[in-house]
Amino acid sequence: MHDLHSLVQIKGLRDGLLVSLTDAPWEDQQSALLSHMDEQPSFFQGARLALDVGTQILHVNEMVELRDQLSDRNVALWAVISESPTTEHTAQLLGLATRISKPHPEETPLPSKGPNDETALFINKTLRSGTRIEYPGHVVVLGDVNPGAEIVAEGNVIIWGKLRGAVHAGSKGDENSKVCGLDFSPMQLRIAEKAVNTKKERQILGPVVAFIRNERVVVESWKFS
Amino acid sequence: MAAQVVTISSGKGGVGKTTAVANLAVALATDGGRVVCIDGDIGLRNLDVVMGLENRIVYDIVDVIEGRCKLRQAMIRDKHLPELYLIPAAQTRDKNSVSPSDMKRICDELRLSADFILIDSPAGIERGFRNAIAPADRVLVITNPEVSAVRDADRVIGILEAEEKHSPSLVINRLNPNLVKQHDMLSAEDVLDLLGIQLIGIVPEDEGVIVGSNRGVPVAQDPKSRAGQAFRNIAHRLKGEEVPFMDLDKQSGLWDRIQKMTGRR
Ligand SMILES: Nc1ncnc2c1ncn2[C@@H]1O[C@H](COP(=O)(O)OP(=O)(O)OP(=O)(O)O)[C@@H](O)[C@H]1O
Ligand SMILES: [Mg+2]
Repeated sequence: MHDLHSLVQIKGLRDGLLVSLTDAPWEDQQSALLSHMDEQPSFFQGARLALDVGTQILHVNEMVELRDQLSDRNVALWAVISESPTTEHTAQLLGLATRISKPHPEETPLPSKGPNDETALFINKTLRSGTRIEYPGHVVVLGDVNPGAEIVAEGNVIIWGKLRGAVHAGSKGDENSKVCGLDFSPMQLRIAEKAVNTKKERQILGPVVAFIRNERVVVESWKFS
Repeated sequence: MAAQVVTISSGKGGVGKTTAVANLAVALATDGGRVVCIDGDIGLRNLDVVMGLENRIVYDIVDVIEGRCKLRQAMIRDKHLPELYLIPAAQTRDKNSVSPSDMKRICDELRLSADFILIDSPAGIERGFRNAIAPADRVLVITNPEVSAVRDADRVIGILEAEEKHSPSLVINRLNPNLVKQHDMLSAEDVLDLLGIQLIGIVPEDEGVIVGSNRGVPVAQDPKSRAGQAFRNIAHRLKGEEVPFMDLDKQSGLWDRIQKMTGRR
């Protein structure tokens, strides 16, 4: 048996609580966390919770169950941070944040990969409604971005498919970021701090690139040169 | 042969899951299939009403799970079709009284004595949905041609894909060709283009469906009903038969294009 309290670490964050779990079996962790909450309900009431699950591999089932149990206790799960790609994927599908503004307290923070870095996240499928992808670099999607899906990238966003969801490129302020798509009708489009009124933009057929020129986001047909 | 477990789910509520389960069950059983329907909507049961079996309920699925009766005792036989059974949901219990492993166990017990097990899922992605898809060999996602319903269907499809369930098939229900023509309703093509999964059927809007549900007589029993025909076609496709899509709108040629689109992806 694990000592319940040693499994769960709780820290205050600017925008909620950060709960770090260990890699003990998931059921133990889950019940440790819940019993922790049930002991101090007033502390947790109405809290927003970010959960750092380390290397735990969590599927939709497990994460939805925990989210339900938390919401029964009037606690909102808003982020799940994980080193496991599977778990991260699950969190994205449920529209949860996968990064929080503060770096991991104990570990040396990941070297901040600015948009000028070579790193890109490659997603080889359609992003469906409710999915949220955040990445500290470029994002490349080989598939569509459907309405209700959202991409937040510190660098460029390239969509080899139809863009119909929401995209924020240069999310940390890089005004040189671009958004490209084969078919362009986003619900929301932002580059750095600038947003486009997507309703006003006339529909451009064929491949499109959006970037900032003279303080404004412009959307142009992609020219092969 | 062991049964195929088919779960009918949707993102948004009220799009026709229960209607589809009742009609597919009737269509399959009319063709001689042994069919068991399970109402997975604990606390909000209504498949029994739509099938016209509500006053025959003695035991329900939670009684089976909690050991108050045998599985057989909770299976209500249809009034007309001797090979059609319903396992009703509990009316008063909350959804936590059923777990995904309970559902798998029940389906495993039924598999050898049935050809089809149809599970009516509650809407959304919460506990009841997870129970309903746990034993599924195949999932049908049903939507109306309506922006919010399609958006929610998309979300459910994303989750089914992540669960590594066999890619779901799509049923578009309540399509009204006149509204589509006036651009007041999404067309089947619009819906398919967005969701990008295999289409298994398009059911027209049909008042007879509502009348049938209220009387407890699913329209699939009515040979003249268009919606009934659409459900019978889906039943054939579930059995792996190729059935051309109905021409809901003779003039437009749209249906030819749909036929082509469904072969894609
Ligand atoms: N093709 C159709 N034409 C006309 N009415 C329909 C059609 N399909 C379903 N309906 C009606 O729509 C309503 C909702 O259908 P149903 O109860 O099957 O939806 P549901 O998805 O099971 O809902 P819930 O999410 O609440 O379980 C019912 O009144 C039903 O009769
Ligand atoms: Mg229903």
